[in-house]
Amino acid sequence: MKNLVILGAGTAGTMMANHLHHHLKTPEWNISIIDERDKHYYQPGFLFLPFDIYTPDDIIKTVEEFIPKEVSLIKSKIDKIVPEENKVQLTDGKQLDYDVLIIATGAKIATEETPGMEGEEWQKSVFDFYTFDGALALRNKLRDWTGGKLVVHITEMPIKCPVAPLEFAFLADSFFKNKNMRDKVEITYVTPLSGAFTKPKATEALTHLLDEKNIRIESDFAIEQVDNEKKEIIDYGGRAIPFDILVTVPTNKGDELIERSGMGDDLNYVPTNKATLQSKVYPNIFVLGDASDIPASKAGSVAHFEAEILTDNILHFVKGEPLTEAFDGHANCFIETGNDKALLIDFNYTHEPVEGSFPFPGIGPLRLLKESRMNHMGKLAFRWIYWNVLLKGTHIPFVSANMSDSGKHYEKALNE
Amino acid sequence: MEKVIAGKPITVNEEGYLTDFNQWDEKVGEAIAAENHLSLTPRHWDVIKYLQNEQKNQVALSIRRVGKSGVVDIKELYSLFPNAPLKTATKIAGIPKPASCI
Ligand SMILES: Cc1cc2nc3c(=O)[nH]c(=O)nc-3n(C[C@H](O)[C@H](O)[C@H](O)COP(=O)(O)OP(=O)(O)OC[C@H]3O[C@@H](n4cnc5c(N)ncnc54)[C@H](O)[C@@H]3O)c2cc1C
Repeated sequence: MKNLVILGAGTAGTMMANHLHHHLKTPEWNISIIDERDKHYYQPGFLFLPFDIYTPDDIIKTVEEFIPKEVSLIKSKIDKIVPEENKVQLTDGKQLDYDVLIIATGAKIATEETPGMEGEEWQKSVFDFYTFDGALALRNKLRDWTGGKLVVHITEMPIKCPVAPLEFAFLADSFFKNKNMRDKVEITYVTPLSGAFTKPKATEALTHLLDEKNIRIESDFAIEQVDNEKKEIIDYGGRAIPFDILVTVPTNKGDELIERSGMGDDLNYVPTNKATLQSKVYPNIFVLGDASDIPASKAGSVAHFEAEILTDNILHFVKGEPLTEAFDGHANCFIETGNDKALLIDFNYTHEPVEGSFPFPGIGPLRLLKESRMNHMGKLAFRWIYWNVLLKGTHIPFVSANMSDSGKHYEKALNE
Repeated sequence: MEKVIAGKPITVNEEGYLTDFNQWDEKVGEAIAAENHLSLTPRHWDVIKYLQNEQKNQVALSIRRVGKSGVVDIKELYSLFPNAPLKTATKIAGIPKPASCI
């Protein structure tokens, strides 16, 4: 019997378990998936929790209920991979042999990268919303905050869901408007990038929205430290930005297990072929989701498109066939803009987000890079789709793993 | 588009980055630095040479990487090239602006 082992039962690992058990069956194959958690968090919901839009119950389910019964779920912390011996060591001393390994251990915040971040003021006036605990603490703070300077901040790129901090700023604007206290809150968006986003067309649209909502932007800000006493963030050039509440996205890194296995880059991401999703070093190791170093967005939608392609490639690999170089970096993200509206962006490695309609060219019903209520409904529907369609590895009708460029308004020369 | 830098016609993109490294020499670097109100010291040149070398080896540039390179720490990088150090330094070095990840 051969062993396929999946590390991590979050978004990406769970999808792979659901895809693969249809193809790799006993008695030839045994599939195991390992995670240290009991709870599966719907991370996109962390954006809504601070504003009392979702409750904890909306965004937490068990890991177990999404793992097919043919797959063995092992609850343990993973110590390390020993790739030369095709072995995985768990912290309880157990060991697993694998023929094929899938790494899907995700990315998480690393507050220790910035001096003073997790200091005196942590969860008093300095918050993150990239963890369940952080989002919950922030909700409790915002419920009876009377106003002041709100600073929304990105430490460094890459981060998961790179638009989430912008969405946070937009939702904060409408949250305080609805509480009739927008005039008491000054919102500043602080980013290490030169503008609101990484891609030119989307940056234009988003900068416009920031202006409209009276959110000030401070760009090119590379943070050196958080000063807990003065309540300021300070960059390497000495620029200081004062806050009453700091909502920061700390540096994101892959899990330390990758470092312990000697398999990561300086942020613990695993070097991965961006078209096949195979490890650049070990042919029988594949990487998907936030754990890899490919230049695609770290998003659940990306993991979904990757999972379809990786399933094919794993089946090719076990049959000794050549892999297909199929993944194009396809990402599809809703951007909440507040007041029950949202934007939608659809892009890949080579095509930046532009205006247009989705998924049906010329028809929609979703509009690319334009605010609409329909897009907001799409974002809220995403939670249902996540629990009921995405995790189960079901194909979403009309949305292909590779990006389609029809219905999109590109200029003649494509940037990037 | 073309721009005369240090007395030579040089092809640059709309943000002023050289599109052909073969057109670069130290005089061009100094002229771009002057446009950015910088005069280059040996420490500036250490950073510029390091960046050019990384570019040659196709290493993706980031502030974090430069900070860990052993060539300069981030604090000094900022004092050498204030405001947006990597963007200014790559422009002077005649190499592309670092692509920010998505
Ligand atoms: C605030 C926020 C908003 C977001 N919004 C969106 C959105 O709107 N749309 C979208 O598509 N995506 C969004 N995302 C991103 C999306 O949630 C992630 O890209 C996705 O969950 C990645 O899946 P993954 O499986 O790679 O990682 P994860 O789902 O994080 O899973 C990793 C798993 O590995 C386990 N693990 C790690 N290390 C170990 C170890 N050593 N031992 C045992 N287990 C381990 C963890 O316990 C975890 O269960 C958002 C993320 C955040 C934080």
